Amino acid sequence: METTAVGKKKTSGKKIFRYVICILLCILSLFPFYVLIINSTLESNVIKQGLHFLPGKYFFRNYAGLIAKTNATSSVSLWRALLNSLIVTVPTTLLQIYFASLTAYGLTVYNFKGKNFAWGFIYAIMMIPTQVSIVGLIKVCELTHMYGTFLPLILPAMAAPTTVYFMKQYMQTGLSVEIVEAARIDGAGEFRIFNTIGIPLIKPAMATQAIFAFVASWNNLYTPSILLATEQDKGTMPMFVESLKSNDKKRDFGQIYAGLFITVIPILVAYLFLSKYIVAGVALGGVKE
Amino acid sequence: MNNNKKKTVEYGKYGVLFIAPFFIVFLIFQFYPLLYTFYKSFMYDSKTGRNKVETLAGLGNYTNYVFGSAGGGEVWQAIAVTVVLWLLNFIPQILLSLLLAAWFTDNFNKLKGEGAYKVIMYMPNIITAATIAVLFYSLFDVNGSIKSLFVKLGWAPETGMLDHGLASFFIIAFIQFWMWYGNTMIVLIAGILGINPSLYEAAMVDGATSTQQFFQITIPLLKPILQFTMVTSAIGGLQMYDIPQLFNEGNPVIKVGGASVMSTRTIVMLIKTYINAGPGQNYGRASAYSVILFIITLIVSMVFYKLTDEKN
Repeated sequence: METTAVGKKKTSGKKIFRYVICILLCILSLFPFYVLIINSTLESNVIKQGLHFLPGKYFFRNYAGLIAKTNATSSVSLWRALLNSLIVTVPTTLLQIYFASLTAYGLTVYNFKGKNFAWGFIYAIMMIPTQVSIVGLIKVCELTHMYGTFLPLILPAMAAPTTVYFMKQYMQTGLSVEIVEAARIDGAGEFRIFNTIGIPLIKPAMATQAIFAFVASWNNLYTPSILLATEQDKGTMPMFVESLKSNDKKRDFGQIYAGLFITVIPILVAYLFLSKYIVAGVALGGVKE
Repeated sequence: MNNNKKKTVEYGKYGVLFIAPFFIVFLIFQFYPLLYTFYKSFMYDSKTGRNKVETLAGLGNYTNYVFGSAGGGEVWQAIAVTVVLWLLNFIPQILLSLLLAAWFTDNFNKLKGEGAYKVIMYMPNIITAATIAVLFYSLFDVNGSIKSLFVKLGWAPETGMLDHGLASFFIIAFIQFWMWYGNTMIVLIAGILGINPSLYEAAMVDGATSTQQFFQITIPLLKPILQFTMVTSAIGGLQMYDIPQLFNEGNPVIKVGGASVMSTRTIVMLIKTYINAGPGQNYGRASAYSVILFIITLIVSMVFYKLTDEKN
């Protein structure tokens, strides 16, 4: 007891130093978003003068100007881009989580020839990035007439090795084979057992992985910007962000910030509610660039 | 016994059935594209009218563009840019993350509000990279808010920072660092908390200071997690695209030993320039560059699997 009291006194300076650094880092994390929000409410000419810390009244004018401008050009409109992103991201997330769970379940509950090979294979391909085979993906899209549709952005999610890996890790402790066997005695079919007994048992892991699958798909720029290059009205949210920058010689910063503000708000709000789960998921190593 | 074995085999077919969709989709959307990219790297595309004609190039794309003068060494320049950008964000990132992780797990000086710090420091990682890139572009543009501030403070000239090869290079490395240190910190905190507390207790009995404990217990036992962090970060870093592409399209140039190098053009950005529709489109060249990137990625992951094998 005594020693800790002494220790506390001696190190209080150290502690203050650590708090100061942590608070400065938090300011660094938040500051660009603060400027984003403030600038979205200011007139372009005011923004150009430097940093401002108080909001103005220009947000709706900036927003109206942005909408008018995207309507006049051929690029995708803001709300259309958000809708397109949802159309891609929601089925991507559902397919990715469902099929990763199914695959992990197949490798956990059953014994069959080639099982170890299949697991080793999934482990080995985790590190292969999709960017290196983009030329071949374009070819697949041409062969299957999927080029310029949302399908090649959605369907590949059914084979997500990293998600399978984390689902399997979870199942090794979170899923008891005895329950599966008990259900068999009751006469349930294997597929039904997975859906009605397996899935409820692994729901927490599915929820965590769903958040990361959703975020990865929602934020993806590279693949859609190549596979949807010819389809202006199918542009996703990150592609809209890209168009904010390009094709404007007379840049209106108020409009750019207003556009950025609207693309960033859904994520910030979702993060406000889910941050606890997200941070816990990151701690599990559940996220990979 | 025999009956039981029969049952396992009987159910085994469901296992195959359950993992089949994964492998079918993998074959169509990942394996075939990879093979086709290899194939395409040995072919030339020539266009006559609207019809593409494919002719055998052999190693032509490699001898011309990768190792030959037709490519001007651009692929190696882009790889060098990518690797240095990664190093420049990863080294400060891992050092700061380690320091913060040590602070947050230091029981002598327990900091309050650990959860809030984690949430705030991780936040930039979850925001769309495209949005962040355009945000920083707007801040550092000739007329941007930060740029104007820097000019007032005398830190930057009136000319744009986006067009300045070295300045924009450092800004991009900073953005990557800023987006990722919170993520790395959370992973390392979890790793440190996973270390057996009795080791620290024993060290304390022996009178070890917290600095000694950090270097003699924490760092050695954290090695597998540090390796994992490094390799996943390196592979992610090799594919870097969104931030430099939307920040300044890799445009600014710096002189390196007489050669002009596009200072922020990464390898994936370079590949994309030969995929984009237009007169510059060249799938053979894009494929040869992709194969080079694949081989480098493969070497990095093999190092990782070798390291984890040693651990087991």
